[in-house]
Amino acid sequence: MQMVNKEFKPKIVAFCCNWCSYAGADLAGTNRLQYPAEVKIIRVPCSCRVNPMFILRAFQRGADGVIICGCHPGDCHYTTGNYYARRRMTLLFSMLDFLGIEKERTRLEWVSAAEGQKFASTMNDFVKTVTELGENKRLEDLRCKK
Amino acid sequence: MQRIGVFVCHCGTNIAATVDVKAVAEALRHEPGVVVSEEYQYMCSEAGQELIKNAIKENALTGVVVCSCSPRMHEATFRKTVAAAGLNPYMLEIANIREQVSWIHKNIEEATEKAIILGRAAIAKVHLNAPLTAGESPVVKRALVIGGGIAGIQTALDIAEAGFEVDIVEKNPTIGGKMTQLDKTFPTLDCAACILTPKMVDCAQNDKIKIYSYSEVSEVKGFVGNFDVTIKRKARYVDENKCTGCGLCTEKCPQKKVPNEFNLGLDNRRAIYIPFAQAVPKIATIDADYCTMLKSGKCGVCSKVCTVGAIDYKQQDTYVNEKYGAIVVATGFNPIKLDKYDEFAYSQSADVITSLELERLMNAAGPNGGTLLRPSDKKHPHRIAFIQCVGSRCDDGKGKSYCSKICCMYTAKHAMLIREKYPDTEVYVFYIDVRTPGKNFDEFYRRAVEEYGVNYVKGMVGKVLPEPDGTLTVRASDLLNGQQLNLSCDLVVLAAAIEPDNSARPLATMLTASMDTNDFFTEAHPKLRPVESPTAGIFLSGACQGPKDIPETVSQASACAAKVIGLLAKNTLKGNPCVAHSNELLCNGCSSCEKVCPYGAISYSDKEFRINGKMVTRRVASVNPAVCQGCGACTVACPSGAMDLNGFSNSQIMAEVDAICKW
Repeated sequence: MQMVNKEFKPKIVAFCCNWCSYAGADLAGTNRLQYPAEVKIIRVPCSCRVNPMFILRAFQRGADGVIICGCHPGDCHYTTGNYYARRRMTLLFSMLDFLGIEKERTRLEWVSAAEGQKFASTMNDFVKTVTELGENKRLEDLRCKK
Repeated sequence: MQRIGVFVCHCGTNIAATVDVKAVAEALRHEPGVVVSEEYQYMCSEAGQELIKNAIKENALTGVVVCSCSPRMHEATFRKTVAAAGLNPYMLEIANIREQVSWIHKNIEEATEKAIILGRAAIAKVHLNAPLTAGESPVVKRALVIGGGIAGIQTALDIAEAGFEVDIVEKNPTIGGKMTQLDKTFPTLDCAACILTPKMVDCAQNDKIKIYSYSEVSEVKGFVGNFDVTIKRKARYVDENKCTGCGLCTEKCPQKKVPNEFNLGLDNRRAIYIPFAQAVPKIATIDADYCTMLKSGKCGVCSKVCTVGAIDYKQQDTYVNEKYGAIVVATGFNPIKLDKYDEFAYSQSADVITSLELERLMNAAGPNGGTLLRPSDKKHPHRIAFIQCVGSRCDDGKGKSYCSKICCMYTAKHAMLIREKYPDTEVYVFYIDVRTPGKNFDEFYRRAVEEYGVNYVKGMVGKVLPEPDGTLTVRASDLLNGQQLNLSCDLVVLAAAIEPDNSARPLATMLTASMDTNDFFTEAHPKLRPVESPTAGIFLSGACQGPKDIPETVSQASACAAKVIGLLAKNTLKGNPCVAHSNELLCNGCSSCEKVCPYGAISYSDKEFRINGKMVTRRVASVNPAVCQGCGACTVACPSGAMDLNGFSNSQIMAEVDAICKW
């Protein structure tokens, strides 16, 4: 991984649905596909379980980027969950953009259980984008900082 | 405050090589609530599990964090361990430090730091875990097999053998699938029909097996143990209960120019037809696209000749509803379309055929009665070229990247059969590699070369040119001799790649079963759970999971049946306790959750509450835990925060977010 700024390491929270994307991340691991350690994955049953509150909380606690990964449209284990995620996140991301959290800091991606390669390349790309943007200072709760 | 135990696994060197496991265990020991933190070589081994059990008992632990491989791998194992020590199995969380850390990071410092953070997140989550108890639901003791090829037939027969009822849904008028079209089968050269048709008859005669031929699955609801399936029975315009399969109508039908799909369009059939003599069920079907009566209302010959009055031109599609405990997918494969490979002149010359077409040409029940003749002029071919890997192992985007697995062997078989029957015919096989792993497979291939004198040429064919005199010039490079070849042939046979049947993709969506990028169904684990889909209650049989020959298909089909029998033998199934629940005190009865629930698990009722000393009746949501599958859509839709999900609660995920962001 080529870092643009060696000092700055972004904090990235990745929400992965249990059925497709978490399995895709596992596959990336099994195939030893490298992606930056800045990415920390939280397992959720479905992308529709991701409450906008979680994303706000992440930014509040100092995250520099949040990515949500779900099954491809039409492939959701719960039939329709990823459609809800898509609608909610479209709204939330544009609201965050309005608040000053750049659109590039938030992302929604479809990664299937067979797409380990896509998972790794998505993460590489996302970390690179967020690193270039630098530290996120909006929404951050300064009281949380030590 | 929970009393938490942390157990860090080395996984041999899988984790320990890139993560300083001792440092992880040491760092996590100082987290709030952690009373014991240990590391061990293999946590999943018996000794490792004993270590966890003992630690739980000795330290009166209330929560356990295992830092190891993916929870998709060993969550169930460790839940059992924890339960064996008297803890609730849902008081366990796993930090995935193998797939998400040691296998993807090379820098030990970085990896160790990340492992510690993931461990902290799991500890933060387990602090908020609550004991959960799974509900139980009854198992419907009946299985559905989708697809009636050799895979579906074998699975159905094995399930029926164990005493359970099985229904087969087949989209074609007869069961039997691709194997019915084959002539001989490798490596023993026994005739496909001789070994398959008795199995088809067994299916028809078994009172536990019901065949829905000419039918498709149109809707699937429910979950493992309790699927609710709607089967569309397509109108065949013939009463199945009356038709005796005498075949008189198929002889008298005046519409003679319908391409016969059973012979791959190499000859014609009538508009009313029985695919082949040994069809099961042996019932005539009217092809609505070609029937003059159905199109213009003028004809009716078949109904006049039918002695039992089975013809019914007014028949409509009907729908059947059935309940099943398990669903087996056996949708099989098809050769790819060759329109992108016109360098081989498939569309230009009738004498360029696919291997499946050759099977029909060589089959005694085929268009030429088993005599191998060129399709164009019905003459005996003297030189035949086989071209391997047409569309297989292609990275150019035109074809498939995978190896179709069966082509090397069936080409050796074809070459051998042709040389045996017509010793004057020269046979050339153009190949990239010859792949013949399997019992007696390589011996078979060597016999083709050594005993039958088949000419194997390593090198790909660039072009096939149809000549004015009716021959075909095959332009190829012979890589071993470093020569360019211009070979004049009478017949060219293409080993087309195989791909999943096109019904598989919409079916996967209905079943919410996952597929790979080639539309093959994915298995729950490539090595340890090869016949199950990751979706509970969905099983995979045959080539729908990947290219397979017949021996492999049959063994997978039987393995699949064993898994289904294991499921159906249970009276009840433990459900998933990670379901939604509503806090009635917070619920304002807005119905937002009900609208997003894909399962209809949420209902509303009026309940009385004491508020400020007064009894107030309010409309509140409640979740049926037996129906809820735990997706969590409702928890986000709820504006008042009344809905929450067991195992993935708002506070638990928030705690994980906090732990991850805190570093």
